[in-house]
Amino acid sequence: MKTIITSSGKGEDQLFDLRFGRAAWFCLYDDTTDLMDFFENKHIDAPSGAGAKVVEELIEMGVNKVISGDFGPKAKDLLEKFNIQMVILKDDHKSIKEIVENFKS
Amino acid sequence: MPRKTRLRKVVEPPRFKGYRPFGVNAKNKDGIDLHYEEYEAIKLADYDLMNHKEAAEIMGVSRPTFARIYESARRKIAQALVETKNINTVYGNAIMDKDWFVCNKCHARFNIPKGMDSEKCPACNSINIESLNK
Ligand SMILES: [Zn+2]
Repeated sequence: MKTIITSSGKGEDQLFDLRFGRAAWFCLYDDTTDLMDFFENKHIDAPSGAGAKVVEELIEMGVNKVISGDFGPKAKDLLEKFNIQMVILKDDHKSIKEIVENFKS
Repeated sequence: MPRKTRLRKVVEPPRFKGYRPFGVNAKNKDGIDLHYEEYEAIKLADYDLMNHKEAAEIMGVSRPTFARIYESARRKIAQALVETKNINTVYGNAIMDKDWFVCNKCHARFNIPKGMDSEKCPACNSINIESLNK
């Protein structure tokens, strides 16, 4: 199962980013390999619809679950249509590593 | 032609069960019921900064209906602030797109999409989860 976590930077010690479409980075965690991959959000400066553009990318990657702080209405509609699970976390200054450890165990 | 009350779509349930004022003599226990769709109207108009037309489309109601829900929401919140009343969120006429849940251990909110038969929190694996669509 592939999980995306919105991240404020590259690396597992970076803090969780509450934004979805305008998150700085994304962490892709694959539980079959137990590996984390980081990639930059290239839609961060999109004038509109950043969330939907990100979702399209995630669909292509075969993501099953997205952990973020909020989802815009358009992103949410798309995620729902493609049966991708949405998880909304509050901001309690957790690192990406802590978030992954929490659901891995 | 009279129209039936339509169910309104709520994109995301509120992240709280209610609000309580503090620093007041809490004798007055009765609160104000804020409907989910009223919360949603405030969120779309004043948080997501959408115009009424866009917001009405997202909620699946006409513009005048949206304006009415929005007005009602603002008045309730104003009343709660001025009269120092609790705000309770209640279901109202809203339907949720999908089932949303809250984890009582880590407070994550999540949906369970079709084909995923998980009964545990996707953030901490706790089985102490509760449906928000009551
Ligand atoms: Zn949890």
